[in-house]
Amino acid sequence: MALYSEKVMDHFRNPRNVGIIEDANGIGEVGNAKCGDIMKMYLKIEDDIIRDVKFETFGCGSAIASSSMATELIKGKPVSEAMKLTNQAVAEALDGLPAYKMHCSVLAEEAIQSALEDYRKRTGKEE
Amino acid sequence: MIYADNAATTKMSRTAVEAMLSVLGESWGNPSSLYEHGQRAKDVLEAARKDVAAVIGADPREILFTSGGSEADNQAIRSAAALGAKSGKKHIISTAFEHHAVLHTLERLKQEGYEITLLDVHENGIVLPEEVEAAIREDTCLVSVMYANNEIGTIQPIREIGAVCRARNVLFHTDAVQAVGHIPVNVGEDNVDLLSASAHKFHGPKGVGFLYARKGVRLTNLIEGGAQERGKRAGTENVPGIAAMAAALKEADAAREANAARLTVVRDRLIAELKQIPHSALNGDEKCRLPGNVNFCFEGIEGESLLLLLDDKGIAASSGSACTSGSLDPSHVLLAIGRVHDVAHGSLRLSIGEDITDEQADTIVRSVKEVVEYLRGISPIWRDLTSGKKDFIL
Repeated sequence: MALYSEKVMDHFRNPRNVGIIEDANGIGEVGNAKCGDIMKMYLKIEDDIIRDVKFETFGCGSAIASSSMATELIKGKPVSEAMKLTNQAVAEALDGLPAYKMHCSVLAEEAIQSALEDYRKRTGKEE
Repeated sequence: MIYADNAATTKMSRTAVEAMLSVLGESWGNPSSLYEHGQRAKDVLEAARKDVAAVIGADPREILFTSGGSEADNQAIRSAAALGAKSGKKHIISTAFEHHAVLHTLERLKQEGYEITLLDVHENGIVLPEEVEAAIREDTCLVSVMYANNEIGTIQPIREIGAVCRARNVLFHTDAVQAVGHIPVNVGEDNVDLLSASAHKFHGPKGVGFLYARKGVRLTNLIEGGAQERGKRAGTENVPGIAAMAAALKEADAAREANAARLTVVRDRLIAELKQIPHSALNGDEKCRLPGNVNFCFEGIEGESLLLLLDDKGIAASSGSACTSGSLDPSHVLLAIGRVHDVAHGSLRLSIGEDITDEQADTIVRSVKEVVEYLRGISPIWRDLTSGKKDFIL
């Protein structure tokens, strides 16, 4: 049996939404190089809708695939919906991750939440 | 597929497979049985012992067959520790970059009251004999230093360390799993008391290895039971595996010099080409290393994704990245030579085999360059490094 599902390998080999957004209004970075995983998310939000999302990831295959899937799950969605993104949703959309790789999906959730938090701060939408 | 992971395991040679099949088909008796079928198996076993002994310059009676390198390491260390304890000597010297079969055995002995000194292996991955000498105390019962490192391939000054140990009357063990069959190993000239080896690293089968114990070094059993292996390793002998190991070793030893000369040329070419990748570094001494070992760190990328993409290109290699080990920490070997976590995660080990072609070496270089460039292109660390937000380590 392969280490990863077909879905994981697809998103790893052909990651969606890779890169940066020059005029992003929400940026989040989580993880650290010491542990071997860093994810950076760029959001372009207009009228409370995530118009564009890009990511950069330093990490293993499942970290790259999780980032890619997370961006797909929130692209074009209202901020309120993106805020509900969970790591389980990312892992399920990838047809599962090995148990010891679940932290990659957690990192993806955290990266999205961190970028949304940054957006709220920038736009003064903090409660 | 281009198989560049021979340090993990090697493909069995045709000769070894045939030796094994012959035993399975014709000499399948129990070597402990007195009738002809048993005695035929016994003959195979003892011929293998003679062949293995001859390659490393030992007496056949000094060779004990085991289930592999790990068992041999465990038994060698346990035996020396038990001998030491008899005279109140409970200090053991080893190095920070040994195989886990050695390190974990030493950790266990530490819990049992032994004191362990792990020597520095320096930036080039080589232990200094004078530092071994300085570390030896009145109560030192064993020095264990690997012959060649399994990750970075550096070859240790075994002969010199052995001489130091002999002069100070301390037992010397070497884990020679990566060395036997690849570089010259001679227990007499190398002043070795105990040596471990594993068949599947030199085109023999998995699950079989041997322990050399110099005459007079009393072994402690790990496995109790029947009187096999002069009473030091119970259990009916793995005759097919042992016969195949001996055949593989004889073959590897006969071709050793020619293979090493060719591999060294390819290795050096790979090193020279991969060095051209900016912000990369070779791990371990450039010359004093196994003929087939190339190990690099590439800043800004992570090793597992590197391996997966190389696999897509038909190249099988390995990495010291935490993600490939299933732990949070990268390779203890890379940390021991002073690589920080950030770059140790981005390591690649290529351990090439005798059958590698020049075209395959070219493909490896081209593929590694492409994959490193691609992964750096999607790495936030690389962006920070190239934009000056962070300083390069390599």
